[in-house]
Amino acid sequence: MPARKYLRPERLPTYWCPGCGDGLVVKELAGAFGDLGMDASNTVLVSGIGCAARAPGYFLLESVHGLHGRAVPIAEGIKTARPELNVVIFSGDGDLLGIGCNHLVHASRRDTDLTVVLIDNQIYGMTGGQKSPTTALGVKTLTSPDGNTDRPVDCQALVKAHGSFYARATTFHLPLLGKALRAALTHRGFAVVDVRSQCPVNFGKRLGFKNAYEMLMHFKKAYRPVAGEVDRLGPGEIGITR
Amino acid sequence: MSETKTETSLKGVKNLAALTGNEAVAQALRQINPDVIAAYPITPATEIVQIFSTYVSDGLVNTEFVAVESEHSAMSATIGASAAGARAMTATSSQGLALMWEMLYIASGLRRPIVMPVVNRALSSPINIHCDHSDTMGARDAGWLHIFSEDAQEAYDNTIQAIRISEHPDIQLPTMVTMDGFIISHGMEVVKMLDDDVVRDFVGTYKPDTYLLDVDKPVTMGGLDFTDFYFEHRRQLAEPMEAAPGVVKQIGEEYGKLTGRKFGLYEGYMLDDADYVMVLLGSTAGTAKTIIPELRAKGIKAGLLKLRMFRPFPADEIADAAGRAKKIVVMDRAEGFNAVGGPLCAEVKAALYGKSRAEVVNAVYGLGGRDLGPDLARAAFDLSGPGVIHLGVRG
Ligand SMILES: Cc1ncc(C[n+]2csc(CCOP(=O)(O)OP(=O)(O)O)c2C)c(N)n1
Ligand SMILES: [Mg+2]
Repeated sequence: MPARKYLRPERLPTYWCPGCGDGLVVKELAGAFGDLGMDASNTVLVSGIGCAARAPGYFLLESVHGLHGRAVPIAEGIKTARPELNVVIFSGDGDLLGIGCNHLVHASRRDTDLTVVLIDNQIYGMTGGQKSPTTALGVKTLTSPDGNTDRPVDCQALVKAHGSFYARATTFHLPLLGKALRAALTHRGFAVVDVRSQCPVNFGKRLGFKNAYEMLMHFKKAYRPVAGEVDRLGPGEIGITR
Repeated sequence: MSETKTETSLKGVKNLAALTGNEAVAQALRQINPDVIAAYPITPATEIVQIFSTYVSDGLVNTEFVAVESEHSAMSATIGASAAGARAMTATSSQGLALMWEMLYIASGLRRPIVMPVVNRALSSPINIHCDHSDTMGARDAGWLHIFSEDAQEAYDNTIQAIRISEHPDIQLPTMVTMDGFIISHGMEVVKMLDDDVVRDFVGTYKPDTYLLDVDKPVTMGGLDFTDFYFEHRRQLAEPMEAAPGVVKQIGEEYGKLTGRKFGLYEGYMLDDADYVMVLLGSTAGTAKTIIPELRAKGIKAGLLKLRMFRPFPADEIADAAGRAKKIVVMDRAEGFNAVGGPLCAEVKAALYGKSRAEVVNAVYGLGGRDLGPDLARAAFDLSGPGVIHLGVRG
């Protein structure tokens, strides 16, 4: 399997909880690297802090694990100094759309040639399950015991505001996720792949999902792949935008 | 979360609860019942505000709780709420405190009496979530008062007292109340709580001296202040630090009457006649208190000076209490990165200058949560020589 050479199987099992979606995204990204025949000696991973941000540790690639929210500017620095490198970012919803959200907006304005893999589990997973910037309205979390009253961030709107690449997939729709990652990696300019993923332990269980399987089945029902490239994805739609 | 239960077997002591440090501080916040809390989660402090958010939803407090998107925003919103006349609080740790850094100076510069529990944790890089004091040491000159706690009980007691200290007319400065990450924040112990109404009476209602939208007394906060008056205003900001030791002692006495416990600027343990004195902050005091009696039994006159207050630094008190010792071992749970000494040792040496002939030894220990057991603590008393000694480090 060509994906294997980008990974560090000796690091398995992963540190993530059983059923976490992060491993699926790692596998798909390694697969996309393999499909594109990407040069491992020319590819760098950058991440902030969070469960999603631990993903670079499972790749046999150079990486920088920085600070919560600051993956994007660190990656911009790397890309600026060494434009020939492929620079890929792993980030969580809190990391990218909360504490570091301004960086997302400005890197997309500059259209810096970076690929961002956003693992959106709609929760602060690493700190145990507090509401995040993408937690849906009304949802109960440890810090919104009566239901969340803050409207979720619209990642697509932020990224598309400056015409950057945006695709959305889920950890159930893996072939689509692979396709979106390949498209983002080959896109010249700022590209975000927004992956809806499951956090069964610190989020799903409290919502009444018994396990990761139930969450994946929920993604299957709740998200509809759109054919071809569209201008904008509606709520519940997944696919690649122009 | 632990339940409070009344214990009759201990005379005069009720409201005994098995609480972690985080739970104890969350209970203190509930009893203080601040007007606004704005916060962002970070290990190991997350639970304080998370538990508090359940009090909000259960209607046990009247607090407005804002789950902001970063600590920079948390401190900013807390400052804003305080400027608008509210009793406003937040809590954090490590990188969260680091991200607040520029706002810490705004809080003190605007004389906002904000109280913030800080759970001490190492700073990145590399990433580490365990205890050391690097985070608050990095904020030691930000115009905040710093009060350290040895255990969950003290974290609870100090949080309540800090409200009165910060809001005291002679102080009007923010205070951080610290406790050691995991060791205190996640360790469970029996905490003696006060009754809710006793705490509410003790902290009283916040009556701000100046606040926004008081149309009879309009103010501009934080205006432009160049070469004309900036210097004078900075000096004014330093003045309450001189008043603080007296205020801390006075409020400690008042609170002591309610609890039977003593609160000064420092705690001495077998200190009065000690030839060998250990100076430290936080939970390691507990370790020192177990080995000192052993050393005493062997005829070694060892003692402990546990600082409660780190800012303002009680220099005269330290010189008076420990200056006559033969040797003073200063334990720093933060590296100074200055090739001279840890931040605590540098201050202690300055405090003793011209007042003591003691040999002052500096041990940096416990970075990133490295445990300091009784053996290492015992060994610390035998350390000698100039420079920084890294205790318990490999290689
Ligand atoms: C400045 C700062 N504040 C807070 C934290 C604590 N923290 C670590 S990860 C995290 C949330 C991560 O959530 P997200 O980005 O959604 O990633 P996930 O763990 O869900 O994958 C927080 C609040 C931190 N590391 N640094
Ligand atoms: Mg998340």
